[in-house]
Amino acid sequence: MAQIVAKEEIAPKFMKYVIHAPEVARKHRAGQFVMILLHDHGERIPLTIAGSDREAGTITLVVQEVGKTTMEMALMPPGTEIEVAGPLGTPTHIEKWGTVVCIGGGAGIAPLLPIAGALQRAGNEVIAILGGRTKELVILREEMEGFADEMIYTTDDGSFGRKGLVTHALTSLIEERGNPDIVFAIGPAIMMKFVSLLTKPYGIPTVVSLNSIMIDGTGMCGCCRVSVGNETKFVCVDGPEFDGHQVDFDLLMKRQRTYLAQEEEARQRFLKDHQCRALNAQEDQR
Amino acid sequence: MSRDLKPVERMKIPRHPMPAQDPLARRKNFQEVALGYTAEMAMEEAERCLQCKKPYCIDGCPVGIDIPEFIKRVRDGEFDKALQVIKRTNTLPAICGRVCPQEDQCESTCIVGKKYKPVAIGRLERFVADVELQQGTAKIPVRGERSGFRVAIVGSGPSGLSCAAELARYGHDVTIFEALHKPGGVLVYGIPEFRLPKDIVRYEIENLQKMGVEIRCNFVVGKTATVEDLVEELGYDAVFLGTGAGLPYFMGIPGENFIGVYSANEYLTRINLMKGYKFPAYDTPVQVGKTVAVVGSGNVAMDCLRTALRLGADHVICLYRRTRNESPARLEELEHAEEEGIDFHWLTAPVEVMGNDEGFVTSVRVIKMELGEPDASGRRRPVPIDGSEYEISLDTLVIAIGQGPNPLVTHSTPGLELNRRGNIVVDETTMMTSIPGVFAGGDIVTGAATVILAMGAGKVAARGIHEYLQKGSPTPGTPDHN
Ligand SMILES: Cc1cc2nc3c(=O)[nH]c(=O)nc-3n(C[C@H](O)[C@H](O)[C@H](O)COP(=O)(O)OP(=O)(O)OC[C@H]3O[C@@H](n4cnc5c(N)ncnc54)[C@H](O)[C@@H]3O)c2cc1C
Ligand SMILES: Cc1cc2nc3c(=O)[nH]c(=O)nc-3n(C[C@H](O)[C@H](O)[C@H](O)COP(=O)(O)OP(=O)(O)OC[C@H]3O[C@@H](n4cnc5c(N)ncnc54)[C@H](O)[C@@H]3O)c2cc1C
Ligand code: SF4
Ligand code: SF4
Ligand code: FES
Repeated sequence: MAQIVAKEEIAPKFMKYVIHAPEVARKHRAGQFVMILLHDHGERIPLTIAGSDREAGTITLVVQEVGKTTMEMALMPPGTEIEVAGPLGTPTHIEKWGTVVCIGGGAGIAPLLPIAGALQRAGNEVIAILGGRTKELVILREEMEGFADEMIYTTDDGSFGRKGLVTHALTSLIEERGNPDIVFAIGPAIMMKFVSLLTKPYGIPTVVSLNSIMIDGTGMCGCCRVSVGNETKFVCVDGPEFDGHQVDFDLLMKRQRTYLAQEEEARQRFLKDHQCRALNAQEDQR
Repeated sequence: MSRDLKPVERMKIPRHPMPAQDPLARRKNFQEVALGYTAEMAMEEAERCLQCKKPYCIDGCPVGIDIPEFIKRVRDGEFDKALQVIKRTNTLPAICGRVCPQEDQCESTCIVGKKYKPVAIGRLERFVADVELQQGTAKIPVRGERSGFRVAIVGSGPSGLSCAAELARYGHDVTIFEALHKPGGVLVYGIPEFRLPKDIVRYEIENLQKMGVEIRCNFVVGKTATVEDLVEELGYDAVFLGTGAGLPYFMGIPGENFIGVYSANEYLTRINLMKGYKFPAYDTPVQVGKTVAVVGSGNVAMDCLRTALRLGADHVICLYRRTRNESPARLEELEHAEEEGIDFHWLTAPVEVMGNDEGFVTSVRVIKMELGEPDASGRRRPVPIDGSEYEISLDTLVIAIGQGPNPLVTHSTPGLELNRRGNIVVDETTMMTSIPGVFAGGDIVTGAATVILAMGAGKVAARGIHEYLQKGSPTPGTPDHN
C-alpha cells in the first residue's frame, strides 16, 4: 500500500498530492503514470506522475476533481493508504531537438512538468504555452517557470496572459519566429486535436499524451485502445504519448464518453452522501 | 463401508448428476451454479469406481492424482484421508474439482467410461475439498526448514501459487509479485463467481500466506522493477515467471473500436475483479445492453455469455465459426449455457461491426460458414459461404477469441528466449528459461491452456528451482512431476 503524505489545493478543484511510493519514485521517468485505487469498492484510475523524489520515496500527483473518484480522493486526509501501481506507460522520448514548445491545458499542465524539465536538461530551448478558462485554472505556473526558458499564458476570458486559446498563441509564435523543432501538447483531447491540426500543415512534429479510459494499465484489457495511423494501439503500454498527426481524436473523444450516464449517477450519489460545505461550494461553481 | 458388488453392478450404478441451481433462477444471480454432492451422493458415486489395478484415469490427470486411492477413501467415508491423498499432488483441489475439463482429462481415460458414463472424478474431488473448506479443518502445510534462499514469483495465477507453495515447503523464502491489486490471476479476474466462488480462492491464498509466502500486489514486473532488478538489486536467488496469457486478441475487422465492443478480458475484469455488476455500490461501471453477442465458444466465451445473462440482458447470442462439436469449452459449461437459454449461432463469423454517430455499436454483420478440409489443428476448417451475410442488431459485443502472452515482462528481459508466438521457451524437465536462474511456467509458456496444467508447471518449476539453488543448476532429464 502507498500512503498519501501531503495534499494541497493548488487551484479550485485541483489537488496536489504527495504519495509515498518508493518503488514507483525510484523508476519514474517523464511521461509515465500510475494506476490508483482508493479502496475495495473503488475504480482504478490512471494519473500521471507530475514529479518524483527518489530520496524521500515520494511521487507527486496533480488531480482535477471531475467525478466520483477524484472528488472522493480530495476528501482523503494525509495518512490514508491507497493502492498505487506503476510507473506505467512508455517514458517520453527525450532528445536534443533545439527549440521545443510545450503546450499544457487544464490538468494536462501537471504531466507536462517533468517532460519540460527533462527536455531542458537535454539542452533544448523550452517555450511553454499554458492555457485555461480563467487565471486561477492555469495551474503550476511557478513550477513550469523553473523549467521553461520562456512562458506564454492564455486564458479564455482574458483574465491572465493573452485572451484566447493556446492554439492562437502557437499560431502567433510560428508566424513570428518560424517553426519550432517539435511540439509537446498535453491537455483535453479537443485541445490536443486542434494543436495537431494546426501543426500538421507546417510539418512540425507533435507529440500528444492520450487520456483514454483504463482499467489495468498493463495491456491486459484493451479498454484504452485508440486508433493511431489506422492501427489499433493500447494507450497504457504503447503510449500514452503518440504522434498527434496520426491520432484519431474523434474516436478517442467518443470512447471517453462511454460511461457518461453512469459517471453522472455516481457523482450525484456521492454528492448526496457527502453534503459537506466544501462540496456544495464546488457544486455551485459548475 | 464398501458394498460387495461385482464390477458390472458397479458400472451399472447411474452416474450421480450434479445438483445445480434451477436454470431459470440462476440466470439472474451470481451464486454458484453447481451445488456439489452431499456425502451420500459422493459415497454412492465412489462405489462406481472399479479400483483398477491399472488405473488409466491417473494417466489423464496432468498432476497424476492417485485417483482410485482417494475414491476408495470417499467410498469408506474417510473424507479427510481422501483429501490427504489428493493433496500429495494437487494443492488446489477445490479449484480443480470445479474448473478442470475432466471430460478431456481424468474422466476421458476412466475405464467405466468405455461403456457407461465415467466415474465423476472431478465432482468427487470437489466434494472432498469442500468438506474441508466447510469444516475449516485445513492443515496448513508446514514450511520446510529455512534454506536461506529467496525466490521471486512473478504473477499470482495458478502456476505462481503452486510454485510458491512448493518452494515454501522446500524451505525457501518466497515473494509473489502481482501486477493487479488482488492475487489469483484468472481465478480472480477471469472465471466468474457463479463458477468459482472467490472465497475459495481467497481461502487458498490465505493458507499460502500462513505458510510464510509474502504477496506484493500492485507490483508490475518490467515496470516497477525488471527481472534483472529482482536479482541484482532485490537479491532474489531465482525467479519464476507465471505471467499468464493476458493479452486480448481482437478480430481485426472494421468497427471493433466502437463503444460497447469489449475484449473478454475487459468485460470479465470489470465484472469479476472490479465487481461492476454491483455498480453503483462499486464504482466501476459496465455497459449492460439488452442484446449481447459473444464471439468465440471456449470457456472464456461461455463465461462472458452467462455473465451477460446475469447482468440482465434479454437476448444473449454466441457466434462461433465452427460447430458445437468443435467448441473448445468444457462440456459442463456448454450444457449449462444451453440450459440457461443462450442462443447459439454455430458456423457464423463476424465480418464487420457497425455503430452510430455517437460511436456506440449497433449491429454486427456476420457470414455463415461451412466446414471444409481439416486444418493444422486437425479440425475441419470453416469456409465462408458466399452471399450468406446478414446483420444482427445488438448493444454489446464481446470478443472472446483467445489471448496471447503479455509482453511487459518478456520485452523488458534481454536474453529471454521466446518462440514465434511470443511465449517463453523452457527446458520442459526443469522449466528453466534461457537465462540461468530464471524459470517460467503456465500460460506464458504453453499459450492459453488450463488451470491444472499451469499448476503442474508451477510444481515442476519449483523442483527445478530447488535443485538449481542447491547445486547451482537444475538437473535436466528428471522425470515429470510427482
Ligand atoms: C494516462 C492518463 C493520465 C492521466 N493523468 C491525469 C492527471 O495527472 N491528473 C488528472 O486530473 N487526470 C488525469 N487523467 C484523467 C483521470 O484519469 C480521470 O479524470 C479520472 O479517471 C476521472 O475519474 P472520476 O471517477 O473522478 O470521474 P468520472 O466521472 O468517472 O469520469 C470523468 C471523465 O474521466 C474519464 N475517466 C473516467 N474513468 C476513467 C478511467 N478509469 N480511466 C481513465 N479515464 C477515466 C472519462 O473520460 C470520464 O468522462 C489521466 C488519464 C490518463 C489515461
Ligand atoms: C475467463 C476464463 C475462463 C477459464 N476457464 C477455465 C476452466 O474452466 N478450466 C480451466 O482449466 N482453465 C480455464 N481457463 C484457463 C486458465 O484460467 C489458465 O490457463 C490459467 O489461469 C493459467 O494460469 P497462469 O498461472 O499461467 O496465469 P494467470 O492465471 O493468467 O495469472 C497470471 C498472473 O500474472 C500477473 N501478471 C502478468 N504480468 C505481470 C507482471 N508483469 N508483473 C506482475 N504480475 C503480472 C497477472 O496479473 C495474473 O494475475 C480460463 C481462462 C479464462 C480467461
Ligand atoms: S486435478 Fe483435474 S484432471 Fe486431475 S483428477 Fe482432479 S479433476 Fe481430474
Ligand atoms: S479408471 Fe475409472 S474405474 Fe478405474 S480406477 Fe480410475 S476412476 Fe476408478
Ligand atoms: S488499460 Fe487495459 S489494456 Fe490498457
